[in-house]
Amino acid sequence: MKLLLALIRRDLALSLRQGGGAGTALGFFLAVVVLLPIGIGPDQALLARIAPGALWISLLLSVLLSADRIFQQDYEDGSLDIMTMGPVPFELVALAKAAAHWLSTSLPLAIAAPLLGFLVNLEPQAILPLAASMVLGSAALSLLAAVGAAVTVGLRRGGLLVSILVLPLYVPVMIFGLSASQPGAAPGLTTASLLILAAITLVSLVVSPLASAAALRSYLK
Amino acid sequence: MMPALDAGIFHYATRVMELNAKELACERGGRIVFRNVALSLKPGQLMQLTGPNGSGKSSLLRLIAGLNEAQAGVIALEGGDAELTIGQQAHYIAHQEAVKTALTVHENLAFWRDFMGGGDVEEALAAFDLTRLSSYPAGLLSAGQKRRLALARLLLAPRVLWLLDEPTVGLDTASLARLAKVMAAQLDRGGMIIAATHVPLGREPDLRLDLGVAA
Repeated sequence: MKLLLALIRRDLALSLRQGGGAGTALGFFLAVVVLLPIGIGPDQALLARIAPGALWISLLLSVLLSADRIFQQDYEDGSLDIMTMGPVPFELVALAKAAAHWLSTSLPLAIAAPLLGFLVNLEPQAILPLAASMVLGSAALSLLAAVGAAVTVGLRRGGLLVSILVLPLYVPVMIFGLSASQPGAAPGLTTASLLILAAITLVSLVVSPLASAAALRSYLK
Repeated sequence: MMPALDAGIFHYATRVMELNAKELACERGGRIVFRNVALSLKPGQLMQLTGPNGSGKSSLLRLIAGLNEAQAGVIALEGGDAELTIGQQAHYIAHQEAVKTALTVHENLAFWRDFMGGGDVEEALAAFDLTRLSSYPAGLLSAGQKRRLALARLLLAPRVLWLLDEPTVGLDTASLARLAKVMAAQLDRGGMIIAATHVPLGREPDLRLDLGVAA
């Protein structure tokens, strides 16, 4: 456990010092959210209706922006080799790295997104459900991104490929995330959607470390 | 848990250990790199691995570390911890130094210490004369200093088998002497070392394996 915390701590320190982590993703997110109302025009009712969807799409794209870097640097400088020789199963290492990506990128975005909702005229009563669904869903986003990152770790410029591989997996997260944060949803729908979102996150939690570790092992060979 | 690294008191040979490999074959990208390689290493022995470029020195070390899969043959660390893989009982120093340039020298080692569940960063820094550089970002280090930082990882946790791939690259004379001293201490503790190098290591190897001949 201490070992995994050390790994998460190191990855967080690296993402803060090297840039390209939370800062870049937040900047990108902000750019999309600022440009959207300008592109769509000053129809406030329309903006309010598409606000949750626009925020979710911006979140997905921003998370993907840094996804290919989850394992790449450690692969290139040989750290991953050493990590397979550590005292814990490699799957837990993969999980810790996905967790570090969540803490450094997805979670800050998920917290900031509903607050930035005022830029796209998000209805005030939608803020809380949107925040809840995004925080829940963002964990699944990072876990799935880790699988894509592991599969493409040996490729130069694998970023685009990660997006193509991972975006289809993001569709269920977005569907239930949206239905949880729809303004004026039927009573009970929000809770049900959040529960399904939690289920998706839990499945990702189990599958992602296994899949990432298997992909990384085959690359190291 | 293994006991803390404390030269003089600590000794590996609580059991009789032996690293054995038989009929090893390795294939990279459809090409047979070597076949029918056998080796046997006992506590306190240093094996020097030689052979022309591309003869599979690095591949053999990765194979023993569990990073590559052998096409044929078996490797076993007899008398080792049955619950751990050979890789988990070995240190592997490769060409890639696993050094994070954005972290300081001390932070780099402190991470590996936590990861290996090991011992004293200061001691490891001192053994390779890095104490003075401890608060510098590793990105500012020269090639030789980076190499020393990678080698310092060897001292963080006691592991019985050291796999060193060209450990002397970029080292100056003083650092070579330090490496020789550290290796001698490992062998005295009953450790085993396999080093792929053509450079003298400061002591006569107990065994030699020439992959150019074996292939």
